[in-house]
Amino acid sequence: MSANRQDGPLLRVAGLGRDYGRIVGCREVSFELWPGEVLGIVGESGSGKTTLLKCASAQLEPTAGTVKFDMRARGLTDIWGLSEAERRMLMRTDWGIVHQNPRDGLRLGVSAGANVGERLMAVGARHYGEIRREASHWLGRVEIDTGRMDDLPETFSGGMLQRLQIARNLVTRPRLVFMDEPTSGLDVSVQARLLDLLRGLVADLGVACIVVTHDLGVVRLLAHRLMVMHRGRVVEHGLTDQVLDDPQHAYTQLLVSSILPV
Amino acid sequence: MNQAPETMVIVERLVKRFTLHVQGGVMVPVFDGIDLAVARGECIVLGGPSGAGKSTLLRAVYGNYLPQGGRIRVRDGEGWVDVTGAEPRAILQLRRRTLGYVSQFLRVIPRVPTLDLVAAPLTDAGVRPAAARERAAALLDTLNIPARLWALPPATFSGGEQQRVNIARSFVVDYPILLLDEPTASLDADNRQVVVALIEAARARGAAILGIFHDAEVRRALATRVFDIEAAKAAA
Amino acid sequence: MTTADDGRLAGYNFAYLDEQTKRMIRRAVLKAVAIPGHQVPFGSREMPLPYGWGTGGIQVTASILGPRDVLKVIDQGADDTTNAVSIRRFFALTAGVATTEKTTEATIVQTRHRVPETRLTERQILVYQVPIPEPLRWLEPSEVETRKMHALAEYGVMHVRLYEDIAQHGRIAQTYDYPVEVAGRYLMRPSPVPKFDNPKLDNCPALQLFGAGREKRIYAVPPYTRVKSLDFDDHPFSVEGWDRACGLCGSTESYLDEMIVDDEGRRLFVCSDTDYCGQRQAAGHRGPANAPKEAAE
Repeated sequence: MSANRQDGPLLRVAGLGRDYGRIVGCREVSFELWPGEVLGIVGESGSGKTTLLKCASAQLEPTAGTVKFDMRARGLTDIWGLSEAERRMLMRTDWGIVHQNPRDGLRLGVSAGANVGERLMAVGARHYGEIRREASHWLGRVEIDTGRMDDLPETFSGGMLQRLQIARNLVTRPRLVFMDEPTSGLDVSVQARLLDLLRGLVADLGVACIVVTHDLGVVRLLAHRLMVMHRGRVVEHGLTDQVLDDPQHAYTQLLVSSILPV
Repeated sequence: MNQAPETMVIVERLVKRFTLHVQGGVMVPVFDGIDLAVARGECIVLGGPSGAGKSTLLRAVYGNYLPQGGRIRVRDGEGWVDVTGAEPRAILQLRRRTLGYVSQFLRVIPRVPTLDLVAAPLTDAGVRPAAARERAAALLDTLNIPARLWALPPATFSGGEQQRVNIARSFVVDYPILLLDEPTASLDADNRQVVVALIEAARARGAAILGIFHDAEVRRALATRVFDIEAAKAAA
Repeated sequence: MTTADDGRLAGYNFAYLDEQTKRMIRRAVLKAVAIPGHQVPFGSREMPLPYGWGTGGIQVTASILGPRDVLKVIDQGADDTTNAVSIRRFFALTAGVATTEKTTEATIVQTRHRVPETRLTERQILVYQVPIPEPLRWLEPSEVETRKMHALAEYGVMHVRLYEDIAQHGRIAQTYDYPVEVAGRYLMRPSPVPKFDNPKLDNCPALQLFGAGREKRIYAVPPYTRVKSLDFDDHPFSVEGWDRACGLCGSTESYLDEMIVDDEGRRLFVCSDTDYCGQRQAAGHRGPANAPKEAAE
């Protein structure tokens, strides 16, 4: 497992904001994320949660505030102070980004094995046999039949594609993974299986995650902490079960009470 | 409030109210400044009518409910954790090794086999999986959950069986502090005895226990002290 | 500027292109030589040949050609194919330069699809005709993105392609235009030469220039530059081999073309490099189909 400095946060976001002209994407968001923590960000469409995720994961440049990540060699570093090469390298090694639509996070023209092995090749792995072994191992970890390793992703179901995307990200053992609606678009039973997998992997690997979702069931299961967003701002923030069982803010109460009991 | 070495939980001037914004902002007060201390080897039973705030108090100590005022401190090893102001990771850490909680409602992670569910608190605390499962098995056995059910997730179990799985999860680790909210509800007489024995054994080994038991016999068997919430509220 | 001689057409500037254009192309060439393997954009001109017929190579040759140069043009290794003949004639008419079929006599060799078998010298320049200059185009259609990948040396994906070949075919299936790493930095396409020729690019004494007319790019490999073909540690780069000799000159070391020689489908394997083969025959070497008593029927 990765060597974390236990004395500091893994990610520190301060005063983060992103405007689109006069439209507020997100504003004044501050939080710290510690190694192994899973932070859930919930809110409805337009709440700013996706903007926040994109800014925190360097996919979008913020218009205000800073994002600092505890880099292995040099401690908490402003990611927008890095060169583009360093930032892109970070996003391919120590970070993982799981897109809502797995097709956005995969190469559909190459086999599952190649997809999983790519990050290794990007950081200089040059032994075909070893790359294949690693890829096979991770396909197994996400419960994809390793016999499908040489198949193209176009032959995979939605759930399998999502799991493939996850394997592709985990192969470099990132310390932080950003997930955008990881279960949306999937059948309910497939969602359930994916959540179980994620829960297990996160616990086993000690990886910190930021998960954006509109599904409170996902956060209940996966997240240690919860941030509720409304109209671009964080309106409530705390321990997941506390925010869901004893919501303080009016909007959170509305969100929680809106779930239909099954 | 005395901080003798045996004191494990200190509740000071606790204020709790619910503001229901969805219902036009109506405010439901629960308590307005109660104090309570729980020491090692004590089993304090919370008394008072339904709706008085007994469950609320337990949940507040567990960090599941957010007080509006006052403080709740819990002894964690050599130091104290202020649950009311703690970071989520500190509370989770506390729950992993110090604070056990049994609620009336089993909200378990679905699709996980019972044995693994019960072993999980031990593996989270760093115990090797094989040893954890062994201890879990022993406990499930004590609680009369037959071995053929251990590989199944508890979702399809009866209410009583689910409750016993719940209890197993909270007793598989020797928590220094136990918060028990109606642990024997939905249990038959025999299983109730088993659970009472487990609780008594925990108390005897030095756990500090705060509990709600609506069964008078159970209360009599376990209580070292009764804390009447209504009386405490009146005194506040 | 000297006046025309030797059948040079009147009314054209030396080697067809105007001097400003040549200057622009030479600047691009200098930049390319300074950054081995890096693709330099240039203002590709309309040439009297359509795209796909070597307009890039022609523009590069036109820009470096001088009146005392001796030009050789080959296509698939042969001097006598349509393309090679046309281009050679083009320069004879517009520049009046001497032309040759002998590699050893040429100062500039323009080529499509082969590198001459005869080792080149420091006094020679090899100009390659390139259709697609971008090695990452198979993977990334965006020019903006590929430029960024080159700038940041993000080349892991090229190995993904090779991995995929091995996974699907058991070996790296790319047999021509095989990707190379130049001077330990840039990823480059050597143009559609067979991978058999890749080792010739490595540490070559001659200057190698690459011109892509339609894509408007020039790149270069300076003399004695390290050019390494990509591979895996456990699937190292290897070249094609034949289990036979050239039917005409008996060479066992050159790239052989397979030719059908009669209506019965009889085959003959001959050197693709016609000059190399001819030189060897002139020196007395004979292949199995060319023995004094037998006629190659």
